[in-house]
Amino acid sequence: MAKRIDVSGLNAYYGAHKAIDDISMTIEPRSVTAFIGPSGCGKSTFLRTLNRMHEVTPGGRVEGKVMLDDENLYGSGVDPVAVRRTVGMVFQRPNPFPTMSIFDNVAAGLRLNGSYKKSRLKDIVEKSLIGANLWNEVKDRLNKPGSGLSGGQQQRLCIARAIAVEPQVLLMDEPCSALDPISTLAIEDLIGELKERFTIVIVTHNMQQAARVSDRTAFFNLAAVGKPGKLIEIDETERIFSNPSVQATEDYISGRFG
Amino acid sequence: MDYSAPPITNTPPPATGSVSGKAVRPGDRIFLGLSRGSGIALLVIMAAIGAFLTYRSVLAISGDKANFFTTLDWNAAGLEPKFGIAVLAFGTVVSSVVAMLIAVPVAVGIALFISHYAPRKLASPLGYVIDLLAAVPSIVYGLWGALFLVPHLGGLYSWLNDYLGWTGIFSYSNGAARSLFTVGILLAIMILPIVTSVSREVFLQVPKMHEEAALALGATRWEVIRMSVLPFGRSGVISASMLGLGRALGETMAVATVLSPSFLIGSSLLDPGGGTFAQNIASKFSEADTFGQNALIASGLVLFVITLLVNGAARLIIARRKEYSGAAA
Ligand SMILES: Nc1ncnc2c1ncn2[C@@H]1O[C@H](COP(=O)(O)OP(=O)(O)OP(=O)(O)O)[C@@H](O)[C@H]1O
Ligand SMILES: [Mg+2]
Repeated sequence: MAKRIDVSGLNAYYGAHKAIDDISMTIEPRSVTAFIGPSGCGKSTFLRTLNRMHEVTPGGRVEGKVMLDDENLYGSGVDPVAVRRTVGMVFQRPNPFPTMSIFDNVAAGLRLNGSYKKSRLKDIVEKSLIGANLWNEVKDRLNKPGSGLSGGQQQRLCIARAIAVEPQVLLMDEPCSALDPISTLAIEDLIGELKERFTIVIVTHNMQQAARVSDRTAFFNLAAVGKPGKLIEIDETERIFSNPSVQATEDYISGRFG
Repeated sequence: MDYSAPPITNTPPPATGSVSGKAVRPGDRIFLGLSRGSGIALLVIMAAIGAFLTYRSVLAISGDKANFFTTLDWNAAGLEPKFGIAVLAFGTVVSSVVAMLIAVPVAVGIALFISHYAPRKLASPLGYVIDLLAAVPSIVYGLWGALFLVPHLGGLYSWLNDYLGWTGIFSYSNGAARSLFTVGILLAIMILPIVTSVSREVFLQVPKMHEEAALALGATRWEVIRMSVLPFGRSGVISASMLGLGRALGETMAVATVLSPSFLIGSSLLDPGGGTFAQNIASKFSEADTFGQNALIASGLVLFVITLLVNGAARLIIARRKEYSGAAA
């Protein structure tokens, strides 16, 4: 259940402001692709174009093509709601539904997609929580509100919620930036396991994290404040971190930036 | 949050270098006195009002020659005063319930439309018009109700009678529509603006991250509302409804203008007649003698108690699911 993403000539706007310019890249299935780059260079914006969340922002507009295997997500007649069911997303700040129990949080996406028998729902919820490395911590309090968990647990709950619907692709926007090192490690391990099944894209400001978890790394940059962000290069993570082909990438990674 | 050190406002410590002892500026002292004084004054005024109402009510109820709670009559004059609040309590509760049943769903719908569906160009004028409705004096609503609503409700009443007449509650045989149901409809229109604008504010405050959580799972707009907006706005909508209910329970002029009062409890909501606490007080107070006034005050006290109970119940509902409230996240 993993698909290749093929982006070509993608521009995204906030009203009149062009946030990313002419991005083309291929994201391999069953692998982790990391996006790195300075703040404001459009990593989140680009990520959000991959599941058509960008257009939810007032004024948000996208040009270009995003192929998921052989289907253009921006083709006419494509329902953004259906796209988001195929391409899951985990946000920077854990956002479980505060009024729902842990169980209902994980089941939320399933219930949107159709009706399941209770026993089947239970199985999927358990499987997803195990998949998100959270089962042991919450199995005795599935009916307690999800907002009562710690930040790291909440983030893993959000991952469980996202993988419960078996998406083709999982997008993660700085999923560990609000977490302590131990929860961060737990989630990085989890990403390593999840890539067996999903295509994973992760935005991170943490170079070590990108080096640890990703197979390929994309470096974004922007020429100046107010200018749109561009993709500088994308390559095997090892190569990006040892011997990038663009000088700006090396400067950014080694901290000699700006 | 701002953790920087607060500006130093205290007077410098005495030359001895001691930091014990208090340094209070005149401004602090004046403000403390003012706020404490107004707090106490408020309590004293409340106590005085309460004592006055209770005293006059006790006088009235002890002089009542019939049961104050069950009697279907209001005759507080003469040597054998017989009066009871049964009709008033019934009419007040029924008209308010009808108003809530109509107004709350409509208000929530309008609020959702303004906050989540309408294009911005339409949303703000619409919100403005709704707020404007709240500024119309209640006597104007009353006149509109009596001169427009009453003559035009016959059709609706016959229709209700055709389909729901068998329940008894909605049976109707030609007559002026000066009934509790009409009052309910009018009250619904009157409380619509307040319930709508408070609900709208609450819906607009739903954190974007909660809505995006639903969107990212592939929720449609309505599903986003069901999963994120309504649960978050629940307690706010309850509070908004309570504000509206408070107004409906106490509404005087509009009810008095529309209703043709009588001291009967009819089985049908569409029958003319009935009464409410506020309407009864308004229409009888000026002609009542001292004892009659006491009797009306006693009925007002009952209305006050009902309002308190309703508010208490609402608070309970809100508090019961506090651990699930969106505010905790
Ligand atoms: N809601 C918005 N409305 C208008 N402009 C926006 C909005 N969100 C982002 N932008 C602009 O788009 C550009 C790219 O922002 P984006 O959030 O994608 O950057 P980022 O690379 O994710 O940064 P960070 O690393 O800080 O998260 C920035 O110039 C930003 O100011
Ligand atoms: Mg970002």
